[in-house]
Amino acid sequence: MEKVDVRGLSCPLPVIKTKKAMDQGASEILVVGSTAVSLENISRLAQTRAYQVNIKKADKNDWEIELVK
Amino acid sequence: MDRGKWFILITGLIIGAIAVVLVKLGNPPNMGFCIACFERDIAGALGLHRAGVVQYMRPEIIGIVLGALLTSLFAGEFRSRGGSATLVRFIMGMFMMIGALVFLGCPLRDVLRMAGGDYNAVVGLLGFICGVGGGVWFLRRGFNLGRAEESHSKLGGYVLPVIVAILLFILLKGTIFNPEAGGPLFFSKEGPGSMTAPILISLAAGLLVGFLAQRTRLCLSGGIRDFILMRDNYLLIGFIGIFLGALVLNIAFGFFKTGFSGQPIAHSMHIWNFLGLFLVGLTATLLGGCPLRQLILSGEGDTDAAAVVLGMIIGAAVCHNFMLAASAAKAAAPGVAAVAGGPGIYGQIACVAGIVVMAIIGWSFREE
Repeated sequence: MEKVDVRGLSCPLPVIKTKKAMDQGASEILVVGSTAVSLENISRLAQTRAYQVNIKKADKNDWEIELVK
Repeated sequence: MDRGKWFILITGLIIGAIAVVLVKLGNPPNMGFCIACFERDIAGALGLHRAGVVQYMRPEIIGIVLGALLTSLFAGEFRSRGGSATLVRFIMGMFMMIGALVFLGCPLRDVLRMAGGDYNAVVGLLGFICGVGGGVWFLRRGFNLGRAEESHSKLGGYVLPVIVAILLFILLKGTIFNPEAGGPLFFSKEGPGSMTAPILISLAAGLLVGFLAQRTRLCLSGGIRDFILMRDNYLLIGFIGIFLGALVLNIAFGFFKTGFSGQPIAHSMHIWNFLGLFLVGLTATLLGGCPLRQLILSGEGDTDAAAVVLGMIIGAAVCHNFMLAASAAKAAAPGVAAVAGGPGIYGQIACVAGIVVMAIIGWSFREE
């Protein structure tokens, strides 16, 4: 599984880094982040790219999600 | 459209409408809300520059920071964080202000000016879009100012909100330290700085905009950036909402007037309207948010964004002390010659230098 760490990055880098992993064809991506904004943005990206979002850790300031296609 | 998109559309409509109502209540024309202009007025109120016509402690700015602070505390999103190229961000804030004052407005005022029928603002918008596009070009090549770290202490995040709260206290109390020279706050007797809506209404408007913008993450450069980058129109809907909200009320109040000339606090030097907002768009995209968004982030405890806000205030002082800011075009009046308006040679040089500096930063901060 591909891991993307977007903690502490300002907009829109969390989305860009996740999108890069998607573009490289990863079907399972673990994303860890630290802001509610990046979680919302990545969830929205996942939706448009038809990835399923599984929340592993739900703290909005320290979250972990699994994106599965 | 899903719920989030409706919410940001309504947020935009409300902000656009509030801006025009503030003009009706006394704020300068097409400047119900302008983050750059109002931070510049604050720089003047603090005596950091001596342009007598643009000095006022704008309660809207204070309200936005405090509104975002309270909202993020209630939402559990307040986190004291920073350390992502803080000094570089400060300098970028200074240049973002230079770009805004060459154009005469931040991206928010650009939208409000378009909604008032000012065609110069359309030229500015084209520059802004190209600037954001330039920022995206660097982002696609791995531009990154680095990670911010969450602090073990919340204190750092409260610094800027506490500063603005103290400024609000001084404004409301009206204390004067020096009866002859004035101060600690200086107020314009004429010009845009003397045009003000009632303090408490301005403050309430700021608090409401701070709340709405914190919840929706509204960002004007982000709207164009996300659309270019991934055809995501979420933030762009907020952008359009502001335009529509302001347009409807401008027409209703009789403020709407189309054309290039005769526009309030504007000039028609097209190339500098374009390049001024080009610099703002480029800088905002590299920073991760427009001037409004930087204020909201400051309220949420982001000390890097607070450095940008302080950089913009110092940048405004630099602009007016060193003659970098554009002047507004004015028609001839009895005994007064017409002013063509626009930035002088030093402002033009500073604007181009800013674009070059942003390009150097954009290229240097690529990750391998």
